[in-house]
Amino acid sequence: MAVNYSAKEEADGHPSGGVGLSGGGAAGGGGGAVKTRKPDNTAFKQQRLPAWQPILTAGTVLPAFFIIGLIFIPIGIGIFVTSNNIREYEIDYTGTEPSSPCNKCLNVSWDSTPPCTCTIDFTLEHSFESNVFMYYGLSNFYQNHRRYVKSRDDSQLNGDNSSLLNPSKECEPYRTNEDKPIAPCGAIANSMFNDTLELYRLDNDTRIPIPLIKKGIAWWTDKNVKFRNPSGDTNNLTALFQGTTKPVNWPKPVYMLDSEPDNNGFINEDFIVWMRTAALPTFRKLYRLIERKNNFQPTLQAGKYSLDITYNYPVHSFDGRKRMILSTISWMGGKNPFLGIAYITVGSICFFLGVVLLIIHHKYGNRNTSADIPN
Amino acid sequence: MSQGSSGAEGAAQVPPGHRERQRKRRRRRRKESRTRLVRSNLLPPEAEAEKSKRTVLASNRLKTTKYTALSFLPKNLFEQFHRLANVYFVFIALLNFVPAVNAFQPELALAPVLFILAVTAIKDLWEDYSRYRSDEEINHMECLVYSRTEKKYISRYWKEVKVGDFVQLRCNEIIPADILLLSSSDPDGLCHIETANLDGETNLKQRQVVRRFLELDSEFDPLKFTSVIECEKPNNDLSRFRGYMIHKSGKKEGLFKENLLLRGCTIRNTEEVAGIVIYAGHETKALLNNNGPRYKRSKLERQMNADVLWCVLILLIMCLFSAIGHGLWVWQYGEKKKPIFDVPGPDGKYLSPVLASVYLFLTVIIVFQVMIPISLYVSIEIVKICQVYFIHQDKDLYDEETDSQLQCRALNITEDLGQVQFIFSDKTGTLTENKMVFRRCTVSGIEYSHDANARRLAMYQEPDSEEEEVAPKGGTLSQRDSICSHQSIKVVHRSQSTKTHRRTGSRAEAKRASILSKHTAFSSPMEKDITPDPNLLEKVNECAKHLEIMRSHEQLLSHLSPELCDIFDFFIALTICNTVVVTAPNQPRQKVRDRFELKSPVKTIEDFIRRFTPSRLTSGSNSSSSSSLATSKSVHRFGLSVLSSTSTESTLLKLEEKLSYSAQMNNNGYSSQQGRTPVGSRPQEGELRYEAESPDEAALVYAARAYNCSLVGRLSDQVSVELPHLGTLNFEVLHTLSFDSIRKRMSVVVRHPLTDEINVYTKGADSVIMDLLLPCSSDDPQGKHQKKIQSKTQNYLNLYAVDGLRTLCIAKRVLSKEEYACWLKSHLEAESSIENREELLFQSALRIEKNLHLLGATGIEDRLQDGVPETIANLRRAGLQIWVLTGDKQETAVNIAYACKLLEHDEEIITLNAESPETCAILLEQCLQCIESKFSNNTVDEATGNMTVGFTPLYPPPPHVLSSLGLVIDGRTLAYALEPALEDKFLALAKRCRSVLCCRSTPLQKSMVVKLVRDKLKAMTLAIGDGANDVSMIQVADVGVGISGQEGMQAVMASDFAIPRFRHLEKLLLVHGHWCYSRLANMVLYFFYKNAMFVALLFWYQFYCGFSGSSMVDQWYLIFFNLLFSSLPQLITGVLDKDVPADMLIAVPQLYKSGQNMEEYQPHMFWMNMIDAMYQSLVCFFIPYFTYYDSEVDIFSWGTPITTIALFTIILHLAIETKTWTFLHWSSCILSILLFFFVALVYNASCPICHPPSNPYWTMERLMGDPMFYFTCIISPIVALLPRFLYRTLQGTLFPTQLQLGRQLSKLPPEIRTQLLTKLNVKRETTLQTQPFADSFSLNPGSNASGCYTAYHQSSPLPAPQQSESPFPEPARAERTRGRTAAASPQGALLYGGNRDPSAASGPGRSVGFHGVALSTSEAEALPAGAAFPWNSAPEQADGSLLRWVTSTPLFSRFGAVPPASGEAAPGVLSSGEGPEKSNQDD
Repeated sequence: MAVNYSAKEEADGHPSGGVGLSGGGAAGGGGGAVKTRKPDNTAFKQQRLPAWQPILTAGTVLPAFFIIGLIFIPIGIGIFVTSNNIREYEIDYTGTEPSSPCNKCLNVSWDSTPPCTCTIDFTLEHSFESNVFMYYGLSNFYQNHRRYVKSRDDSQLNGDNSSLLNPSKECEPYRTNEDKPIAPCGAIANSMFNDTLELYRLDNDTRIPIPLIKKGIAWWTDKNVKFRNPSGDTNNLTALFQGTTKPVNWPKPVYMLDSEPDNNGFINEDFIVWMRTAALPTFRKLYRLIERKNNFQPTLQAGKYSLDITYNYPVHSFDGRKRMILSTISWMGGKNPFLGIAYITVGSICFFLGVVLLIIHHKYGNRNTSADIPN
Repeated sequence: MSQGSSGAEGAAQVPPGHRERQRKRRRRRRKESRTRLVRSNLLPPEAEAEKSKRTVLASNRLKTTKYTALSFLPKNLFEQFHRLANVYFVFIALLNFVPAVNAFQPELALAPVLFILAVTAIKDLWEDYSRYRSDEEINHMECLVYSRTEKKYISRYWKEVKVGDFVQLRCNEIIPADILLLSSSDPDGLCHIETANLDGETNLKQRQVVRRFLELDSEFDPLKFTSVIECEKPNNDLSRFRGYMIHKSGKKEGLFKENLLLRGCTIRNTEEVAGIVIYAGHETKALLNNNGPRYKRSKLERQMNADVLWCVLILLIMCLFSAIGHGLWVWQYGEKKKPIFDVPGPDGKYLSPVLASVYLFLTVIIVFQVMIPISLYVSIEIVKICQVYFIHQDKDLYDEETDSQLQCRALNITEDLGQVQFIFSDKTGTLTENKMVFRRCTVSGIEYSHDANARRLAMYQEPDSEEEEVAPKGGTLSQRDSICSHQSIKVVHRSQSTKTHRRTGSRAEAKRASILSKHTAFSSPMEKDITPDPNLLEKVNECAKHLEIMRSHEQLLSHLSPELCDIFDFFIALTICNTVVVTAPNQPRQKVRDRFELKSPVKTIEDFIRRFTPSRLTSGSNSSSSSSLATSKSVHRFGLSVLSSTSTESTLLKLEEKLSYSAQMNNNGYSSQQGRTPVGSRPQEGELRYEAESPDEAALVYAARAYNCSLVGRLSDQVSVELPHLGTLNFEVLHTLSFDSIRKRMSVVVRHPLTDEINVYTKGADSVIMDLLLPCSSDDPQGKHQKKIQSKTQNYLNLYAVDGLRTLCIAKRVLSKEEYACWLKSHLEAESSIENREELLFQSALRIEKNLHLLGATGIEDRLQDGVPETIANLRRAGLQIWVLTGDKQETAVNIAYACKLLEHDEEIITLNAESPETCAILLEQCLQCIESKFSNNTVDEATGNMTVGFTPLYPPPPHVLSSLGLVIDGRTLAYALEPALEDKFLALAKRCRSVLCCRSTPLQKSMVVKLVRDKLKAMTLAIGDGANDVSMIQVADVGVGISGQEGMQAVMASDFAIPRFRHLEKLLLVHGHWCYSRLANMVLYFFYKNAMFVALLFWYQFYCGFSGSSMVDQWYLIFFNLLFSSLPQLITGVLDKDVPADMLIAVPQLYKSGQNMEEYQPHMFWMNMIDAMYQSLVCFFIPYFTYYDSEVDIFSWGTPITTIALFTIILHLAIETKTWTFLHWSSCILSILLFFFVALVYNASCPICHPPSNPYWTMERLMGDPMFYFTCIISPIVALLPRFLYRTLQGTLFPTQLQLGRQLSKLPPEIRTQLLTKLNVKRETTLQTQPFADSFSLNPGSNASGCYTAYHQSSPLPAPQQSESPFPEPARAERTRGRTAAASPQGALLYGGNRDPSAASGPGRSVGFHGVALSTSEAEALPAGAAFPWNSAPEQADGSLLRWVTSTPLFSRFGAVPPASGEAAPGVLSSGEGPEKSNQDD
């Protein structure tokens, strides 16, 4: 940025600049010095700031294309390989197909008791070496609907006592139920995913339950800053949520979401995850973690597994789909070959264009430009 | 006026009685509403009713501020809401408060519109405050007001002055209000004022004390003033004031503009004046005339507004689409199975699909509001202000001589400067300097060519010439005695000081002069020092000697030979027939009271009789004849001034002095330079300064002075003329009939001191004077002689005009006492009449200005300004069509046009002079036909009737008009041509002409022409002028430019831009105009692109959120994106970007055409930009979409990368479009991106629960730790911008626009560049030359039978053998077709196509290819170009027939050499058969 800004005096400065002034002074009777209105000869005012004037021609931009090509292709390959190394397994357990074990639960409603359960068996072809993330995925579920997204009260979720009892208007019509404030209020909370998924490894007809960790699935800031249980004298959540009622669709109130106190109430991580509304109608949300126990065994070895589902969440009415996804992750997140392919493609295109431009430059670049300025 | 008189008559005819009384009352009431009554404030207070009326009158407090502290907010808001966009944004913001449709936090949505409103309000407030400050300054100026209590004048602030107050003013004080002059320290009751503040005219104007107060014996006492003044309501007519003063006695007295001192003027030369305030404050004429800067809407802005409407339409379509989509989305779920994510209304009920879509429509209008760029208008205003600032600061547009720079008066049409297609220029003062220099004269039929004078002027023309420095001085002096032969080189009289800066030469001298005479009118030495013609000088001296002898022998003047008599009268007329005021510089002008006892002008009949009784006359003559020598004594006796002390002795003394100098000079050219300084400070005479209302007058007075006939003093009733042998003669001025544009002449009625006759000296335009001459019978020799003189003079006048001189005729008339008495009676009536004084005075003047005796004529040169031909040539190369509209006569105008290269000698001139509408129609028709037939043949037949033009096409029209045409049309024909029936034809003709010259046009016609072109051709017009007669034209044109010259400020006041010199137009248009246009055009396009691109992102998202109006971009980013993150770079680029450097724009004026053709902002570009925006937004949307598809990403973790990507893309897009990168560009771009990240980080960390619903807590922080974020942000902008970048690259390489070529050219090393540029210029020449050559080879140039009217043409249907003769025709034709196709294709393809043509590969073909390109461009503008026609001035035709010809002159001089007579002898049709033979012979 250190540009030569002192280009004030140029060759065409005025050697006799003062003459006019002295002449004016000699005029007499005028009173006061005659001030010349001559504009300052500065680079800025005369629009002569030192400048870089790039000219886009084949010759000048050639290197850029090659450089982009040469950088993008390796990056693309890197991303692609990384993505390919990610193990992912996905089961759709919506049950729309009649053959599906969950077909019977297809038409469950929110308040159906007892809950409908179904079990789906599946086989992992490859073992999952590193930590496995267990997601539930929803399709055709518009969590990004404008009114849906708005329908929450962040200060209530932050533990604000007045909001707890008097939730924001944004929560309407899930603000109060039977004249009691709903905690947590709003449509998002009301529609919280409430299927329970359990994973078993079928080892010679024995169902070995796989330990699923339910903590650490939410953003740290959400869990620790954004979401807080109401404060009060006691640690008893039941007391703290006194005077509120559960969301309409929930089977039990918010303080009974989990048995562990640091995962109960508003700081229940499943709840927190759900409250982070997804960007697109097809999305997945982290459900559980499967930690690798030791370095000698893969987290999930190849073999047969079975998924036990407590089917509570109705999606069939709006043609939604429910999935369970098992995935390892890398530094770039879940499996997604798109970006790698994109990088490779763009890099190749740029490289190709570079070659084309090279040809063009070779053919036309040395033309005599002046001949083209028409009269 | 006529209304008033008829009203008075009507009233007189009404029978007396009741009805009349009623009518009278009504009339009085009407009158009261039209007039104002002013009483002295010193009188005892009047009735309450009167007082209440008095309060209506404005006080003298100046208040130009718009607002007060209280009214600011509502008034400013009200004004801002006049802008529809503001209403729109406020509406959108308010819509957010409706819960059903709101998209954002309502308070937040208000922020941008409040911000915009606040910025505008602050700007307004600041402007208003600076106005307030300057108001206060003026309001607190002090002046002397008479106080009743203290019985004397006491100092008061201006703002305290009230109507009816008495104000006393001293010399050099500024007048605080419009004041009726009641007393003056001047014995004649005169007061001189300088009106420079008002109209810029630096000459002094005389004002007169109200007549009755002039006769007061005692000093004026305000307390005794009891009269009532009834005058007009305040109006803005500076040149008119009418009213009465009703004295206590009931006598009425007329008041005229001569009695009124206008606010803002300065008192000069008068020690003390006093008067009563008539109009104060805002009712003064000065303030009523001040109507502030003008608001115009530029063409670009109009186009932009159209595109804003398109944006609205796009917005509505998007909204409608979303609404329908949402309706369908809601509908697909049906009534029964409402999904869990579809939130019902607060009442728990679901909306019906229709209602939902209606609500959604409103919601998405809010979400997509950015589509209509909220900051567009504010940004444009900011950019324009900065552009204006830079134009102001350009030192190339500064004129040192006048210390003035360009002024932009209209702030919002800077970009129009880059799109001008037509320039309408005034001639005098615009193209020329308006410095009138006496050049030559003819007296009584003998021409005095003043060769030495001509050479002297030529010296000024080349201020750089070295010889000027070295050449001896004092030629003027040596000339005085006509000792030296007039062949000797005469040199300018220049002062020593100017030698130091030789670069500026005479201009520096002129500047010095201008500074020296800071507050008086001035004339440069060029105008002052006139080298007399030796022959004439001899005659003058002889004449003077004779006169002296005669007078000493009591002989009558008539004994002088008629020629000498004429010469004597001629110079007397030059000296006294004017309104020049004589002053001595640097001291208050005091006048010599060597007046006669007579009070002048003659006021009553009795007075006349008293003054003109024979006894009086004789005594008068005695006194005057004796006074000539006695005056000097009387001067000394009064001891008043040096100025009139010039006596015979001193003159003789001086002559001796000068003689010695001239001798010295002859001995040694160098030594005289040292001796020059004393000469420079010539005593007495040299210090006299003439202040004239028009420069011509001063020029003539200076000319007379060169012949020792100098004006030494002027009083209202007397002019003193100093003559070499006679001493000072005092002419008693009886009347001055001032100049007006209808009479086109002025006269003075004087009593000649020598003959005691009453003489009328008239000076005026030759056309009028020649008609007023005394008809002389051809019987007696005297009359014959006179007639001969007249015709000779007329001839010389024509010659003068051909030389481009301004001609004036001088005539005189000797009145007998009876005639005079008779005329005087009616004249006095006229003068004293109140109702329609002007009309009567006009009639009266007509009565006396007749039967004149022609004395001679003068030719005054109005020199071209510096650089006018070059400027015109460059502007023309830039594709501008230049029309000159002048009031001058045709010959003068044509010759000036040649001088300034407006017409070229190789150009074909069409002259239209018609005497009736019918002939005009025929003429136009024929000219058009002629052009249609491409000049296959045309000839003039002057034999039959008034005007017949025969054009007979020989061949079918060739595809190109290859000749350049000039059109000359006179005022009368123009009037016919501008009639609705003919205007289309006229335009069609004018459009084809390279230049158009309208002579003798009135101001109204000027504006009509401009209007016609503006409206009919839909062209961008620029009018440039310097005088009041150009005002209407300047106002009508799209861009009005005023020359802030010497002829007043009216043109400047009316203009949008005021430049000091015509040549500044070049840089103003070619550089600043181009820059402003290209910057703004690019900025506007970018604005549309930017917003469309951003909004489209949101639109694509609607497909994935059920068209629910969600936005993944956080509302903060959404709302401040335009204002904060992306506004600065585009502002910087809009202000500072230079697509082509200034020197290239000047060197290659053709680049200007891009603006004319709107190449930077064509309608399709808007759509191209929109499509590009769509593409880019798709990329920016879907790359993150696929990257994050089916992942755990939440809305804002996904939206933030998109915002970032969009920001990168938008800024990089600007980077591609930016042509010049200064550190400001760099820093603005980097700053914007840093600002975004900074704001995002701070915002996302600020509050975990605020900003519902987005609640983006810690989003950005988390994203910045995610490598995917960076990978997405890198690839998306690159993919998005790849097509545009590639397009620009390919365009720059394969089919560059002219601008890109210019840019590439400017990057070349300087040597190569100059080489190329000269080649380019040479090529241009060859374009002009080879083309006709090619044609001459391939075609027959027509018949030689008609000589100079030989038509040439080129035709394609030529036999093949002939083509093979010449190497040119084939490629020429080939490229012609190419050129044509190119003209139809977009500009870019033009060059590409031309150069890729196989024929372009070969050497000659290549250069021809270039020509083809040139031709096609010119064709695209329907401007014929290419052929070169030598122009034949045909002096034989000068007498009359010159005015009526339509000619096409031959191609080569060899054709021109054919006797022109044959053209007239053998009129008619050219035969085609002769053509080829002739051409073959010539080959």
